Amino acid sequence: MWEQIRSNQVRSVILIAFIAGLLLAVGYFLGLYFFDSAIGGLVIALILWAIMSLIAFFQGDSILLGMAKAKKIKPEDAPRLYNIVEEMKIASGLEKMPDVYIIDDPALNAFATGRDPNKASVAITSGLLQKLNRDELQGVIAHEIAHIKNRDVLLMAITTVMLGTIVILSWYASRFLIYGGMTSSGRRSSSRDGGGGGAQAIILIVGLVLMILAPIIAQLIYYAISRKREYLADASSALYTRYPEGLASALEKIGASTQQLRAANQATAPMYTVNPLHKEGMKVSDLTSTHPPISERVRILRSMAGGASFVDYENAYRKARSTNQHILSKATVAAVGVVGIRPPSPSIAGEMEPASAKAARSHEVSDMLLRLNKYRMVDCECGARWKIPPNFKDNNILCTRCGRRIRL
Amino acid sequence: MIALWIILGILVILIFFVIGAYNSLVGFRNMVKNAWAQIDVQLKRRYDLIPNLVETVKGYAKHERETFELVTKARNLAQQGSSAGAAERGKLEGELGAALSRLLLVAEAYPELKANQNFLALQEELTSTENKISFSRQYYNDSVLKFNNKIQMFPSNVIAGMFSFKLGEFFEVTVAAEKEAPKVKFT
Repeated sequence: MWEQIRSNQVRSVILIAFIAGLLLAVGYFLGLYFFDSAIGGLVIALILWAIMSLIAFFQGDSILLGMAKAKKIKPEDAPRLYNIVEEMKIASGLEKMPDVYIIDDPALNAFATGRDPNKASVAITSGLLQKLNRDELQGVIAHEIAHIKNRDVLLMAITTVMLGTIVILSWYASRFLIYGGMTSSGRRSSSRDGGGGGAQAIILIVGLVLMILAPIIAQLIYYAISRKREYLADASSALYTRYPEGLASALEKIGASTQQLRAANQATAPMYTVNPLHKEGMKVSDLTSTHPPISERVRILRSMAGGASFVDYENAYRKARSTNQHILSKATVAAVGVVGIRPPSPSIAGEMEPASAKAARSHEVSDMLLRLNKYRMVDCECGARWKIPPNFKDNNILCTRCGRRIRL
Repeated sequence: MIALWIILGILVILIFFVIGAYNSLVGFRNMVKNAWAQIDVQLKRRYDLIPNLVETVKGYAKHERETFELVTKARNLAQQGSSAGAAERGKLEGELGAALSRLLLVAEAYPELKANQNFLALQEELTSTENKISFSRQYYNDSVLKFNNKIQMFPSNVIAGMFSFKLGEFFEVTVAAEKEAPKVKFT
């Protein structure tokens, strides 16, 4: 595991350094334009970046969970989910149990957050909890735990902040250039009076091109990092669960769903198991997507014939895409020996899942959501269960099934 | 003079190498120990769950005394042997696992039992504990593999020999029945 993280870190550091270079270049030209001093621009870029980094580092996960309207749950709220998270914590060798959150949303998705593996959270939509059986849920949770274990969350936070800084800087810079140029702002005309001639014009053009291109390039790098991380998390999920079919089947269910997540946006998209914004089947979006297409991820997982190791994933990847490209680094592949696949869970072995199990799960999830919203559960002697909203004032209710009065 | 410096340099590099290799070996050994402790926690949890489960099932399935006795016996044996080595323990735990899946199979025949909330909660706990046992075993064996590789491969094997690091013992469950998931039919 360590070998894999280290070798991925080297590659990621190079990509991050490149984005950092872009950020500095944008700052440099910004300074040149508006303050006649490159240093001034660099300082502004760095200060903006530092502020955003600090916020992301200390408040990032609570902002993210707050934006997704996620609610923290206790083990007794959803025993099955909590147990599965704990199972995957053990399988991955994570030291501390991550916090578990529920998002009350029929869309099917999940994400992980937390700046270091010992202070992480896993969030999952109620829709997903309801739709997936035990093995499928295990596959999805393993994918999220893999993001935590591989430190993807930290990496994506760093990258997101840099990308955000570049976007903000060049957005304002290009607005000022266009509108400020029309009203001929004092600073710019004075610098023109200084008369650098040709060199000045070249810097102007290079800077302008950079301002336009920097956000796009940074975004493309960001997408590339994100996609690679998704493949690694899929491979890790197969390794942790020893059962690639679980995640494959879950992804299929998620892909077939047409529900879009309400509380997702461009910035939070890479945190999710599947891209919450894009529709499946858009080949054009390959370069500008945070996630590889679902159908491809399923195909790779399904063709991991007879093994759950990274080697099997790498071979399946090459076969599915018919390339000789590596998706996982050499050290990663070499780190683990031969790994077999386990049989499916006894309760769901073989045939289709019975309708009663689905109904039971559905009940379980809706009861849990009501409890989280401070509803009280009252059982009548006739066997009916009444859900009392928190703002209910009376001290008794009438059971409409048997006619009894129930004291609260 | 220069030769002296070169020898001194080589010596310093050598010392750093030994320290590094030793520390990484200790790191791996602690990882294995920690992984073993994880298995222990889950096995204990299983011992604690079993009496409860047996009691609940007893209330509905009175005629299955044989199965109850088998499970209880296997549990007590496993608990007594909990200080044994990985190989011996694997055998005992394997038998307990087999007895337990028989008990759950018996429970399938009693629809009223299967509708009991208490039983369902216990069943979820037990299923999860079984999973946790196998996942912690998986992680433990992965750790042992890495530790043993480190001990046997050059150049860290030299250091391991100097400080007499012992190879880790894999934790295998020896009963065949445990490896196969019990077949459950829905009728």
